[in-house]
Amino acid sequence: MIEVEDLWKAFGPVQAVAGVSFAARDGQITGLLGPNGAGKTTSLRMLYTLMRPDRGRVAVDGFDAAAQPTEVRRRLGVLPDARGLYRRLTARENIEYFGRLHGLDEARLDEHCSALLRRLQMEDLAGRRTEGFSQGERVKTAIARALVHDPRNVVLDEPANGLDIMATRGLRDLLRALRDEGRCVLLSTHIMQEVAALCDRIVIIAHGRVVAEGTPDELRERSGQPNLEDAFVRIIGAAALGASA
Amino acid sequence: MSAHRAGGAGPTAVVFAKECRESLRDRRVLLNALVLGPLLTPLLFLLLIQLVVGRELEKAEQPLPVAVIGAQHAPNLVAALRQMGLEQRPPVDDPEAAVREQRQDIVLRIAPQFAEDWRAGRPAQVELLYDSSRQEVRGEVERLQSMIEGYSSRTGALRLLARGIAPSVAQPVIVASRDLATPEARGAVLLGMLPYFLVLSALIGGMWLAIDSTAGERERQSLEPLLVNPVGRGQILLGKMLATAAFSMASLFLGLLAFYAVGRLLPGDESGLGLTIGLRFVLWALPVMVPLVLLIAIAQIWVASYARSFREAQTYLSLAQLVPLIPSIMMMVVPLRPAAWNAAIPLLGQQVTILGLLRGEPVDAAGVAIGALVTLGAAAAVFGLTLRLYRSERVAIYS
Repeated sequence: MIEVEDLWKAFGPVQAVAGVSFAARDGQITGLLGPNGAGKTTSLRMLYTLMRPDRGRVAVDGFDAAAQPTEVRRRLGVLPDARGLYRRLTARENIEYFGRLHGLDEARLDEHCSALLRRLQMEDLAGRRTEGFSQGERVKTAIARALVHDPRNVVLDEPANGLDIMATRGLRDLLRALRDEGRCVLLSTHIMQEVAALCDRIVIIAHGRVVAEGTPDELRERSGQPNLEDAFVRIIGAAALGASA
Repeated sequence: MSAHRAGGAGPTAVVFAKECRESLRDRRVLLNALVLGPLLTPLLFLLLIQLVVGRELEKAEQPLPVAVIGAQHAPNLVAALRQMGLEQRPPVDDPEAAVREQRQDIVLRIAPQFAEDWRAGRPAQVELLYDSSRQEVRGEVERLQSMIEGYSSRTGALRLLARGIAPSVAQPVIVASRDLATPEARGAVLLGMLPYFLVLSALIGGMWLAIDSTAGERERQSLEPLLVNPVGRGQILLGKMLATAAFSMASLFLGLLAFYAVGRLLPGDESGLGLTIGLRFVLWALPVMVPLVLLIAIAQIWVASYARSFREAQTYLSLAQLVPLIPSIMMMVVPLRPAAWNAAIPLLGQQVTILGLLRGEPVDAAGVAIGALVTLGAAAAVFGLTLRLYRSERVAIYS
């Protein structure tokens, strides 16, 4: 369970996030949808404690991010916007490194790694150095790394970026499976089809603010558009008018 | 919950092990830390010493070619000089012009009245013509002068003996080992460089890892995921620092071994350098350098953390390699008499101690201990500065 309450963040004169609030529940996939530069990544960075908000509050499973950042990080599996791997380590070593930093003992680490590699169908990659990996192989490794400690909450920043169709399908299956295990899955994206295909709840962000929130059906209904993409365009457009007015 | 805390190494150890493992797979790191760092400077040192000492030795043993004018006026003197290594060359016309135009290095001119003065017991004059602005001739001039003075004083002593006077009466002061001055002065310059060479091998050894684990990690975009782990940034930083220091130390250790090998190759006492690179030197230098290696490691990480890319960090750190040169140059230009305060200054203290070890002087244990404490304190201060940088949002996010 992730709760975000009235987050604000400015970089110099630029107000990147101006009062973002939403909740991502367990057993659901929540999508942060918004155009590029809307403040999605900054909101997520404050959520996983990499940045301090100027104002507002984040709670993960009830733990306050400002007061107990380590407890919050323990409960999160994060695929950040930056997802660089260590090129001279193998895929498995990359995953193990983060597992050890989470304090897993060797037996547990081995068990988790093997299960994840099987689940992501990357057993044949495991022993290879990540140096020559394709984009899809790199994202898989980064996701495995984020899940190695079996987190209750999974946060992914633009997870489908650079993936081909097959890899995207695999990713969707994985996220649905994580949801069905009762985890809280939160992802950001600027791709409409992504949320339409995947999300139980959608939070639309524009100009650093939440402009609409609800299930896909609710959003369609509210905007009076039968097509989700049209609904999205309409809502964002209204927000842009509102912002300039 | 128990999975999070049960077993496993501490985060610092995990980071340390990962950085070491990754670096051991990097050919550039290995080349720098285990080959270039330790071997480059001892080889450079050996080459310099061989050049300087070899040239001095060569000169001292080689025949000294000198054009002699008026040799017939002093056959005994010329014969004695030839015995000492003078190679008599035929006289030249207009010797002044010949020396000025560098056709001749030295000309020895014996005046026609030499024989008459000699027989009468008056000081008989010989003239040395040379160009003192020519550095390379100076050693030869000094050698010829000392040969003539030697002959003169021997003859003088014989004359006094013949008159029943002890020669020592005419020698109230004895000057010894006059001609050793030159190689020793040059040796001192080389000696002053050696502590820097040691520091340099530590610098080179840790440099790549310091860059790769900071600026490199940012550039590859792996820092953000790393910092999302439930681990304090101080623990991560400490692991990176210790890994850098380990490679630095390995480089230094191999460098010391190489210097030890070089020490055995040196021409020994005949070099006149007064160097002692023995086992005692190696065993003392290592612990003396440990605190400095830690300071160097964290300083390199600190500097590299400001850089946005590997290349930028490389530029900074290459410039930083010159910093330890400052005490070495100071010691060469203004030779310091070891004073208590020297030991307390990081870098300078260690260099003074290393220099003392090279000269075979006893080690000032209290000074070394103070130096170690101050250096560790400085390392802790730089660690604090770096940690502040790492806690800021600027470093964590690459954009």
